[in-house]
Amino acid sequence: MRTTPLASAIPAQLGKHGVLLALALLILFGWLRYDNFLGSYNVLSLLRYNSMFALVALGMCFVIMTGGIDLSVGSTAALGSVVAALLSPYGAIPGLLGGMAAGSVIGLLNGLIVTRLGILPFITTLATMLAASGTALLLADNQSVSVSYETAFTDLGQGDFLGFPIPAWIALVAYLAGSLILNFTAFGRHVLAVGGGEDAARLMGLPVDRVKLVVYAASGTLAGLAGVILAAQFGAGQPIEGVGWELFAIASVVVGGTLLTGGLGSVGATLAGVLLLGLIFNILNFENGLGWISLSAYWQSVIRGAFLLLVVILQAKLTAREDEAPA
Amino acid sequence: MAEALRLRAPAPRTEALGLLRRYGAVTALALLVLFNLAFTPNFATLQTLNVNLTQVCTIVIVAVGMTLVIATGGIDLSVGSLMAIAGALAPLIFLGKLLPLPHPLVGIALAFVIPILVSGAFGWFNGWLITRFRIQPIVGTLVLFIAGRGIAQVLTNGNLQVFKVPEFQFIGLGRMLGIPFQAILMLVIVGLATWALRRTVFGREILAVGGNERAARLSGIPVGRVKRRVYLISGLCAGLAGLIVIAINSAADANLIGLGMELDAIAAVAVGGTLLTGGSATVLGTLLGALIIQLVRYTLLANGVPDAAALVVKAGIIVLAVWLQRQGRA
Repeated sequence: MRTTPLASAIPAQLGKHGVLLALALLILFGWLRYDNFLGSYNVLSLLRYNSMFALVALGMCFVIMTGGIDLSVGSTAALGSVVAALLSPYGAIPGLLGGMAAGSVIGLLNGLIVTRLGILPFITTLATMLAASGTALLLADNQSVSVSYETAFTDLGQGDFLGFPIPAWIALVAYLAGSLILNFTAFGRHVLAVGGGEDAARLMGLPVDRVKLVVYAASGTLAGLAGVILAAQFGAGQPIEGVGWELFAIASVVVGGTLLTGGLGSVGATLAGVLLLGLIFNILNFENGLGWISLSAYWQSVIRGAFLLLVVILQAKLTAREDEAPA
Repeated sequence: MAEALRLRAPAPRTEALGLLRRYGAVTALALLVLFNLAFTPNFATLQTLNVNLTQVCTIVIVAVGMTLVIATGGIDLSVGSLMAIAGALAPLIFLGKLLPLPHPLVGIALAFVIPILVSGAFGWFNGWLITRFRIQPIVGTLVLFIAGRGIAQVLTNGNLQVFKVPEFQFIGLGRMLGIPFQAILMLVIVGLATWALRRTVFGREILAVGGNERAARLSGIPVGRVKRRVYLISGLCAGLAGLIVIAINSAADANLIGLGMELDAIAAVAVGGTLLTGGSATVLGTLLGALIIQLVRYTLLANGVPDAAALVVKAGIIVLAVWLQRQGRA
């Protein structure tokens, strides 16, 4: 199924540096072309907004590294935002913990169904996507739920700490933790081993089921956290938000060079992938502002899709040689 | 590959479950109908039948294409977006916004042909991407899932297109012998696909590719061509479904046409008993699966359960159906 780690590590390195290179070029382009592109207002609002997607993509990255997929993250984030908004009158901490707990429940459910019932992750998370969405709508009574402005809850999305948006701090801490876990702990090695070859990992005596359970639970929790930020940032828990987030997250992970077959991946490159996709939209706005062209917001999905196309084709070309081995 | 290690000794329990799997869909449908006859007021009326038929047709048509794709071991996430492209394109054509029309009827004829062909071409593109670059189907079709709706929105600038063109809308509102026209279309497509899978070389090739791609390749089956064709068919089916949806609504909204359809179609296929790992397919099962999902939704709504709760129930049914499938195989 998979050739030597060394052979597959080379394209992964290329993929990883490719996304950083693309990100650097895009930033350079923006800096040269637009006034205020690197101004603190633009940078900080970009980070504030994309921190939600970054959290979701981080969880997705771990799930994909085990060879799985989590389609439920968007609905889970919506559920998290509703629960957080309902709990926000009690304060920032109950809102935060409540939203994360709601996400954990969905994540654990995913992990249990995948490991205990042996159902494909794709189908499992598709089903829980519907379940989470239904639960969010029921809890919210089919409308958005205003958050309380009496408490500090909205700071979680709108506040700053040391001049840097709080949601961006949260995402930064999560990515640092994720990177440390992946690179310096036994669990991180196990994640890659499970994705690299589940049978082999099982035969080596690795706790495959526990590893999977933990990554799905983590993905759900991070999605719940993203939902908390969503509610805090926009002042309402939104049961119908989060549509398509899962695919945005998958695209970020893929753009970051993580192979969807599992066994390989980089947390940092995933963050770069998120920023890259976020920047495309940002640059589109600036370009419209210049007045030379006028592209509607609808172009962003076309451009994102085209970008994803480019990346997957490049990835496929880079890995083509090793694919010649029996698959 | 993981399955190999989990194989357990067959027990009487699994045998019973195997039976349940084989006849599970039929049993479930029968139970649902009985439940409704007993508890839902006005269930046994033509109107109920009509409502359910018109709502289930588009899901079935898309799900038939999806069944073929899944039978080769693939998946097609782009169907909802392709529906949006077809649905956005058709009014542009028959309203004459895209090209000048010599005669309104020419516009209507073109409005049937061009959107379905365009949607099919995009489907073929999915297959090309997947076979030419050996990209996983989830990722390959993700590209058009994202870009496709964008293309539809760009085409119409995100505007709602309202129209009243009876000749065109026959596809969604018309009747033949008292049967809704799209139901006839649906049955024809189900029949064609069933026949193709059972009786044609192409059908056997689809199953061979999904069963064991390497073996299929070694035995001389043109694996790439078979895959490109199933994605093409899936695209054509999605295009047709897009046209039916806008005909029923008398309006085309690129933001909404086919939204979430990929999930409904995959769910119908899974509940119907087609293995999601490929190599087996039952189009009739898919039809049953779609009917079950539709009837569950109708039952809950007709008995005053909110739509949101119906989503949760649907999730439970999908997991249960796929779990039963697994038990039947083990």
